[in-house]
Amino acid sequence: MKTVTTLLRRLPFAVILTLVVTATAQSGEVRVAVASNFYRPMQALANDFEQRSGHQVSLSAGSTGKLYAQIINGAPFDVFVAADQARPQALIEQDLATADSLMTVAIGQLALWSADAKLITGQQQLQPNSTIKRLAIANPKSAPYGAAAIAVMEQLGVAQYWLPRLVQGQNISHTYQYVSSGNATAGFVAVSQVYQQGRLIAGSAWLVPSSLHPALKQDAVLLQSATTNQAAQALIEYLRSNAAKTIIQSFGYRTQSQ
Amino acid sequence: MSGVDLTVVWLTLKLASVVTLLLLVIATPVAWWLSQTQSKLKPAVSAIFAIPLVLPPTVLGFYLLLLLGPNGPAGQLSAGLGLGTLPFSFAGIAIACAVHSLPFVVQPLQNAFEAIGKRPLEVAATLRASPWDTFWHVVVPMARPGFFTAIVMGFCHSIGEFGVVLMIGGNIPGETRVLSVEIYNHVEAMEYSQAHWLAGGMVAFSFVALLAIYIINHRANRRGTL
Repeated sequence: MKTVTTLLRRLPFAVILTLVVTATAQSGEVRVAVASNFYRPMQALANDFEQRSGHQVSLSAGSTGKLYAQIINGAPFDVFVAADQARPQALIEQDLATADSLMTVAIGQLALWSADAKLITGQQQLQPNSTIKRLAIANPKSAPYGAAAIAVMEQLGVAQYWLPRLVQGQNISHTYQYVSSGNATAGFVAVSQVYQQGRLIAGSAWLVPSSLHPALKQDAVLLQSATTNQAAQALIEYLRSNAAKTIIQSFGYRTQSQ
Repeated sequence: MSGVDLTVVWLTLKLASVVTLLLLVIATPVAWWLSQTQSKLKPAVSAIFAIPLVLPPTVLGFYLLLLLGPNGPAGQLSAGLGLGTLPFSFAGIAIACAVHSLPFVVQPLQNAFEAIGKRPLEVAATLRASPWDTFWHVVVPMARPGFFTAIVMGFCHSIGEFGVVLMIGGNIPGETRVLSVEIYNHVEAMEYSQAHWLAGGMVAFSFVALLAIYIINHRANRRGTL
């Protein structure tokens, strides 16, 4: 009991100490809002960047739409890595992000994937009377990968057949969950979710040629409130570097110069 | 409001009604047993029926997805019975909602049953009323405010259900795309004005429903029936 009261008496000092420590550390800190699909690569990038620069990176993952809504309502982020090009562009138009920092960080690739190792042999599984009973896609209204999936089906002329057989995940990780748990026979997911170092991790897949859908470009911007934050500017610079591009490619994305 | 949004509102009301009925059927005997029992199992059973209150809906939804899916035990059972699997169907989200809303119905009922006390039941027994008679003609009328609270709580909680439906629903129009999911869709797609209409409507509805509970319970308290 006595130790508890002593602890309680010392608590204000501990709080002040923590505040002081955080305040000094903040000089080199970047707060990044990152689209959930890019969270794993961004973690690897952040680690590499921290080692090179000595700055601290904190990541907040969420859907691009939600992060955008948070940013226009004053969320304290320095860099926004979106899953599309529309939201960063919209931030620039509202003077909430700087136009010269705008860059395409990664280009996503789409795969038709099933947890069943024998099911997918190519695009023929998308033809009518397919063995696929339920096809999962990400919500096409909010998720770029979902819109790309719809575009692929339209290009192949099978959209009408699949429309009543679709189930929608809220985002690409949720879609992956539907397929990996077997609830949907197959689904359109991101290559980055099912490939590691160029090899399929499990199941079977068809790599969708990028000519069948609009490019899945993911843009990043520096937010207006962070123009004086040197660590944030350093991170934007780093994301353009070849070191960063190698890491991004290892996660199943293409990069701009390719 | 567009026609699409009206479908969503209708589907949500249908879901909440089905879930509330389902919950009354399940929760009434459970609450009655909990209010009367001397069993050592009571704390364990109480805890099981309170778990959905504590678990994040995403966790609940994730486990239901695995459990009800083609590889889960419940999914294999329902497929074996020729019912197919439940995720992505109206029946599936109704069951999921019922699981999540269970404590909101069990607890007011249990409180109302416990508040009745032993005496009215003993009096009914000396008048040779069977337990079944006693339940319908003594317990139910005396616990009416409890039933009212339980119905409104169950209904409103189902109207606002989000995480669980999102996890196992699959966002299918007319089948599993309910109000809260549609609001989320509108926000994600930057359609803020449509989102405002639906969200504002929900705030107003919730306020009116809760106001009704408090007014009725306040009156019941003053009359001393609770």
